[in-house]
Amino acid sequence: MLWMYLKVFVVGGLICMAGELLVLLTKLTPARILVCYIIAGVVLSAAGLYGPLAEFAGAGATVPLTGFGHALCQGVKFSVQESGFIGAFTGGLAATAGGIAAAVFFGALVGLIFKPHSK
Amino acid sequence: MNRQRVHTDPEYYSKMTDRFSPPSKFGKCLLRAFWVGGVICLLGQGIADGGAALFKLSSRDASSLASIVLVFITALLTGVGVFDKIGRYAGAGSFVPITGFANAMVSPALEYRREGLVLGLGAKLFTIAGPVLVYGVSASVIYGIIYALFVH
Repeated sequence: MLWMYLKVFVVGGLICMAGELLVLLTKLTPARILVCYIIAGVVLSAAGLYGPLAEFAGAGATVPLTGFGHALCQGVKFSVQESGFIGAFTGGLAATAGGIAAAVFFGALVGLIFKPHSK
Repeated sequence: MNRQRVHTDPEYYSKMTDRFSPPSKFGKCLLRAFWVGGVICLLGQGIADGGAALFKLSSRDASSLASIVLVFITALLTGVGVFDKIGRYAGAGSFVPITGFANAMVSPALEYRREGLVLGLGAKLFTIAGPVLVYGVSASVIYGIIYALFVH
């Protein structure tokens, strides 16, 4: 149990640190890094590399945005196995629906309720 | 690549000033991103494990629950103005996890609400989340087509 949590912390931390390294070394904006991360997640997952990492590190691999790409990819794969070609279109968003719907809903809610802050 | 564009986004600006500061900040930034990112992932694991134990969720649903709760916490912290502070401290440590995706939606929605509920709040929710979804979903559809045609 404790070992698992250590793996989560270290792997999750390293994935974030790699992002920070991109911020410091390149002139990529956070938005571009997020796009790169999600594409990297899909590609690594499709290549069969991200699955073992998610197995090894749990949320340490699934909570960073690369894990979002991984979920898209595995959702598509699962749906294609289940229902054939159409699955290429139905699987990705179905697998990630929870996070997306939550972000849309809570985003709209907070936007309605709170006032913007002066920074 | 439009690299020299002037950004008014404060988070970007603080990144920019960090980048031109002395190199001793380099290691500090990496360490901050590491520990905050690690803690956010720990939180996700804790929520997933808790959900699996309490509500007997499948591992897939538990993982969705973790995303939903993290998104909720981020939305709330963004609303009260705390998440910006975390973001300034942790950099990629807070924007690489799903919390960054959530913050990227809530923050502009909040900021542009005064421009209306449809083209302000509704549209600006997707300023950054839009591109992320466009490229993420497109990449997964391409993979799905290849998988369906050649592998499956």
